[in-house]
Amino acid sequence: MSSEAVQEHALRGSRLELEELQDRFTELKPPMTAREARIEANRCLYCYDAPCIAACPTDIDVPTFIRKISTDNVTGAAVTILEANLMGASCSRVCPVEELCEGACVLGAHHKPIEIGRLQRYATDHLYERGIMPFQPAPANGQRVAVVGAGPAGLTCAGELAKLGYEVTVFEKNDLPGGLSTYGIVVMREPIRVALEEVDFVRRLGVEIRTGVEVGKDITAHDLVGRYDAVFVAAGMGSVPEMQIPGEELDGVVEALSFIAETKLAEMEGLERLSELPIGKNVVVIGAGNTAIDAATIAKRLGAERVTIVYRRGEKQMPAYEFEYSFIKNEGVEFRFLTQPVEVLGEGGRVTGLSCLEMQLSAPGADGRQQPIPIAGSEFVLECDQVIKAIGQEKPTGLIEAFELEADKGYIAVDEALRTIHPQVFAGGDAARAKGLAMTVTASQDGKNAASSIHQWLTREKVAHG
Amino acid sequence: MADLSIDFAGVRSPNPFWLASAPPTNSAYQINKAFEQGWGGAVWKTIGAPVLNVSSRYGGFNFGDNKLVAINNIELISDRSLEVNLREIAEVKRLWPDRAVVVSAMVESKAEAWHDIVRMIEDTGADAIELNYGCPHGMSERGMGAAVGQVPEYCSMITSWVTEVSGLPVIVKLTPNVTDIVPPARAAVAGNAQAISLINTINSIVGVDLDNFQIQPNVGGKGSHGGYAGPAVKPIALNMLSLVAADEEVRRAGLPISGMGGIQTWRDAAEFLLLGATSLQVCTAVMHYGFRIIDDLTDGLSNWLDEKGIASVNEVIGASVSRISNFGDFDLAYKTVARIDPHSCINCNLCYIACDEGAHQSIDLVVDGVRVDPASYRGAAKSLPVVAEDRCVGCNLCSLVCPVDGCITMVEVPPERESVTWNEIGARTPEVTADWQAMEEYRKKVGIDIH
Repeated sequence: MSSEAVQEHALRGSRLELEELQDRFTELKPPMTAREARIEANRCLYCYDAPCIAACPTDIDVPTFIRKISTDNVTGAAVTILEANLMGASCSRVCPVEELCEGACVLGAHHKPIEIGRLQRYATDHLYERGIMPFQPAPANGQRVAVVGAGPAGLTCAGELAKLGYEVTVFEKNDLPGGLSTYGIVVMREPIRVALEEVDFVRRLGVEIRTGVEVGKDITAHDLVGRYDAVFVAAGMGSVPEMQIPGEELDGVVEALSFIAETKLAEMEGLERLSELPIGKNVVVIGAGNTAIDAATIAKRLGAERVTIVYRRGEKQMPAYEFEYSFIKNEGVEFRFLTQPVEVLGEGGRVTGLSCLEMQLSAPGADGRQQPIPIAGSEFVLECDQVIKAIGQEKPTGLIEAFELEADKGYIAVDEALRTIHPQVFAGGDAARAKGLAMTVTASQDGKNAASSIHQWLTREKVAHG
Repeated sequence: MADLSIDFAGVRSPNPFWLASAPPTNSAYQINKAFEQGWGGAVWKTIGAPVLNVSSRYGGFNFGDNKLVAINNIELISDRSLEVNLREIAEVKRLWPDRAVVVSAMVESKAEAWHDIVRMIEDTGADAIELNYGCPHGMSERGMGAAVGQVPEYCSMITSWVTEVSGLPVIVKLTPNVTDIVPPARAAVAGNAQAISLINTINSIVGVDLDNFQIQPNVGGKGSHGGYAGPAVKPIALNMLSLVAADEEVRRAGLPISGMGGIQTWRDAAEFLLLGATSLQVCTAVMHYGFRIIDDLTDGLSNWLDEKGIASVNEVIGASVSRISNFGDFDLAYKTVARIDPHSCINCNLCYIACDEGAHQSIDLVVDGVRVDPASYRGAAKSLPVVAEDRCVGCNLCSLVCPVDGCITMVEVPPERESVTWNEIGARTPEVTADWQAMEEYRKKVGIDIH
């Protein structure tokens, strides 16, 4: 192939009109106006012992914050939210509210649930826009805590401990803090700006955040344990594994999380940069979890003509949320269920297609789960010029080894108080998610719980045991 | 379709809905528009003494999302010249012979001044005169409006100045800014009035601006009390209406009553009729939404009468007045209890907390038949509010706070004791109503247990 042909074949930016791009990458749910918020807040019944509180992993007192919005005490509303959840601004945007608070709203059954997520965003935006700092950190108590990972779990733990008077340092391997809020949540749900505002809020509580520092590389686990009274490990998941199929190294095969991160960083720099991001005409996304859905959405909105999600199990087995699935069908993304990729095909080092096998589901096994089984001779080729892998991340094995911790299904093993087997080390967030759902809101709750456990340990047990 | 026409002290109108004397009846332009849309009558905005108005004039009372649950105003009587008003009144009456055109008047408290204005009004061809004894602001300071309405002697004196010269029916409009509405009503009877209307607006300060501490409405940094009207005043108006409608002297004199104060819908209107109003006056609802509300007012009232099988609106006038009673005559053995329908309950727990903290601790939260404490219960199964009927005093509160239609009903249960009223107990055993020890013994005897 001539170099010209290769050039022609290489992926280009969408070159969409900037206005069009702006529309496609604006937050899906618009912010509420003051009037809209007041009307919605007034619709809330102010239930006693409300089910929405019980449905919130961080126990936000939803009826109280909504009542405060209805009385125009919006700052008070934001404080009620942030007292329960320092990641309230992120959660208001990324929480699967249909599954949590709004799903539990008593008005849901015969009416329309209160838009709790948007009201929460209205309140937290109000506070951040005005730069209000409602919390007064306690005087320094002389104790130091290291937090590994500046994602929602780490930031929440750091902020809560800072409020209690601890000197907290957060070590973050990436250039920007914020974890998945910064890098992993698609722009239309949460722009980087929001994640960084939240980070800034935690900084203003007195937390030091050191970015570009990877534990195990730039600083050892041993150092941290030696220099700090306690360590909270909340570094999220490991790297994305190889699919281990031929052609995976071809130009045009990208990994979903990096793909999403690139669009977030580009958007932060401006629409011009976003329009220059290389995007295929015909994109295949492998996997059907929420990350796959996000990557497919981004690919479509960046200007891909055709986006196909390939999943080896059936529609019913999809791990993505129901509302995500119906959302993406509206985006015009196509699905190929019961399809197993076996090889990425290429020409001149570039992707030209994905060779797949059709699958069928086995009879339910002992666990009730049906296994996909290849149908012999069913091989076919999906033509494409870009392949996005969204097949999950590896477990955080490196940190488990570095801190000499125990593993539980590959995650950091913790007890209910988020203690690891190392007395000084606590862990939470996705890195310790052997149980429960991996969400921003559960990560934040882990951070809050860890802060409380660390505080208890450092004030009582440690003193007691000298 | 039910007959909505009324005869009010000889003034006929095709339906009982009149515009009250207020900003919507300031001009022929407005009243012509209103009549085109079906209003049965209009009381012209008060004419009389010369005035100058201020800016601003109105203040709103909002509740939750609801704008103008009430309005407050410091606007005076008509500031257009007498001549213009009288000419327009004559024009309107000529154009609308079948509608009630009533003229509200307020002049200095001198016989000649009243005699003069009565003659001028008669010359317009209007159907009746309404004496404004109610305006609580601006005019009262000059010895007019509420300053008259609050003193029964002035009320009867001025009314007789008018009735001694008037060939038209005279309606006395009462102010609610009194401790007892009955004496001014009787004064109107004594002054030979042909009818009574009530209520005028209530003295009020509608609000203070939290940004600049200004009283609302704000007139160049100053504020004052103003007249309060609109849906929020309806219960006060209904009470005063019932007191006047049930008063023996008013009944004996046979004076019809024009009811007003917060009428916004046909439902409100029906309640005013049931408590003794013959014609109904509306202002705030029109100021909020315009004359077009007349369509639902007449339509809704007529449909309600049809559903009840009642041929004429006149049949319901005063139909509930006989039920107005005294506390001392209530049957103390009558008992209702709340029943909660578990199938329509949405678990908001508003009934529970209202009863527990605001009333009589008679609702339990129950899971599988076992009472749970909401402060500590964290189980997965939803708790259900259940009324402990032995403790329920039948206060209604839970049914009032419940957001679901028909979920909580108050059910009459068989009385546990013989019927008796407080007055009867007082007559038979006066010590029981005067002495706690005797009361305790009485309770023990008849089996009253207060938890």
